Amino acid sequence: MAQVLVLVDHENGEVKKVTTELLTLARGLGEPAAVLVGPGFDAARGRLAEFGAATVYVVDGDGSGGFADHPVAPAAEALAAIVTAGTEEGRPPAAVLVAATPDGKEVAARLAVRLGSGLLTDAIGLEADLTATQSVFGGSTVVKSRVTRGVPVVAVRPNSTQPQPEPGAAERCDVAVSLSEQARAATVTDRTAATRSGRPELSEASIVVSGGRGVGGPEGFGPVEALADALGAAVGASRAATDAGWYPHQFQVGQTGKTVSPQLYIANGISGAIQHRAGMQTSKTIVVVNKDAEAPIFEIADFGVVGDLHTVLPQLVTEIARRKA
Amino acid sequence: MNIVVCVKQVPDSWAEKKLRDADSTLDRESADAVMNELDEYAVEEALRIQEATGGSEASPVTILTMGPAKAAETIRKALSMGADAGVHVVDDALPGTDVLGTSLVLAKALGTLGWDLVVLGTESTDARMAVVPAMLAERLGVPQLTFAGKVEVDAAAGRVTVQRQTEYGYDTVAGAMPAVVSVVEKINEPRYPSFKGIMAAKKKPVTTLSLADLGLSADEVGLAGSWSQVTQFATRPAKQAGTVVKDEGDGGVKLAEFLAANKFI
Repeated sequence: MAQVLVLVDHENGEVKKVTTELLTLARGLGEPAAVLVGPGFDAARGRLAEFGAATVYVVDGDGSGGFADHPVAPAAEALAAIVTAGTEEGRPPAAVLVAATPDGKEVAARLAVRLGSGLLTDAIGLEADLTATQSVFGGSTVVKSRVTRGVPVVAVRPNSTQPQPEPGAAERCDVAVSLSEQARAATVTDRTAATRSGRPELSEASIVVSGGRGVGGPEGFGPVEALADALGAAVGASRAATDAGWYPHQFQVGQTGKTVSPQLYIANGISGAIQHRAGMQTSKTIVVVNKDAEAPIFEIADFGVVGDLHTVLPQLVTEIARRKA
Repeated sequence: MNIVVCVKQVPDSWAEKKLRDADSTLDRESADAVMNELDEYAVEEALRIQEATGGSEASPVTILTMGPAKAAETIRKALSMGADAGVHVVDDALPGTDVLGTSLVLAKALGTLGWDLVVLGTESTDARMAVVPAMLAERLGVPQLTFAGKVEVDAAAGRVTVQRQTEYGYDTVAGAMPAVVSVVEKINEPRYPSFKGIMAAKKKPVTTLSLADLGLSADEVGLAGSWSQVTQFATRPAKQAGTVVKDEGDGGVKLAEFLAANKFI
């Protein structure tokens, strides 16, 4: 059975949920082989084994290769080296899967060019014959596509697969890759972390609670954040809210912002213009709170409350606390 | 310093979009065509870099696009904002070209131009792949300085430094020119074309290039030359409207009941 390479999304071996989703998906396509770039094997191994990685290719495992000093290109070179070696040994991988995050998609882009392979991004499903399902135009159209040339490179959207454990050997296999001059052309000289909220990442969160024009101002995000914290959710915002400066731009959900596909999306004070729907329409369950009964977002709601979010949300938070107690 | 901005004409991002039954490509007739909104930030950033590095004479800004004849409108828009010249790759063999083909054509077109800096938006609002800037950097063998929330050009030293936006902040990334930069939405406030700008744009030079001019053959692009293929598509059935209740002082409690019934709490 051909290997399916999965690029591990991790921070020093702390494996992100999306990687467990990709390994689950890979098991249906071939033999999952994780590719871990950078140090952290010992920390990552348990999780990779739990979700069925037979092999873990480790590149720059001791961090001495400078892979972390350059964005995107090193991971693409690592994957290209493993695909090329496998192909030369007569066992080309069936596919390469990466997370459809901004970084992951850029890695996939460079890899596809390097391999002369076709690329599909934002897949929400992948069949055994490597036909990918994509949801486009804000979820209004579902497309099935296939790569027709080279080893398929597929960027899979986080939260589109339910991770299912299945033990794998997670056998370490170190791969020596020396970075090309080209991969070292752009250098990270500094990293600046904004304060972490402690909430899950927007693109990975199972639940997203978001606010729009109807929150009325920056302070209006108070009840939105309180509900998010009661549910262990990430906070999102509509473009109207980020344009007004009420919430930081990186939390914008929509056509020109982030695309999310959580199990539960709670839209508060958001009218539901196509600009916003494009970023959240594939959420499994959609809940709406809006004063305006005519707001178009009610058309895609599984459950809606016509009311003022400033009274409905605090009452909901209290009710959640009561039920938990 | 020569600056090139790659732009794309797309259906208006506020309009409903659909695929054509005949060849599974985007129906470009069904909605108004506009410059990709995210490219406006790229044009604006290029013009600001130009202003900081000696103006039009020292740092001309060239607009590059690939697309049907109508896409010339988007070049004209960028010229009316203040860019100096346009290059339009147009060829009957191009419709249906996928992202690998697009990056190939753009890289070849850049090869016919002298350039130090290529500036792009992060993604187009129709395809939304966000991969062309990285593909161009890979094809051209130059530094990839993408997802920039801030761009600093040191023309004398030939270096570009950007703030690459990350999930929780930004990384400072630097590289030597020539380089590829992509800029995020909100890096700046794109200017509106002035009346004077619109009039001036009519006199600015726009060169058209065919595939033959780029040394490419028809079978390397278009649907036939694509590295991927759409096998089928369907319009998602309209979602069944769910339950909507009016808040009569118990909206939060009713919402909690729904969440509990669906095992979210």
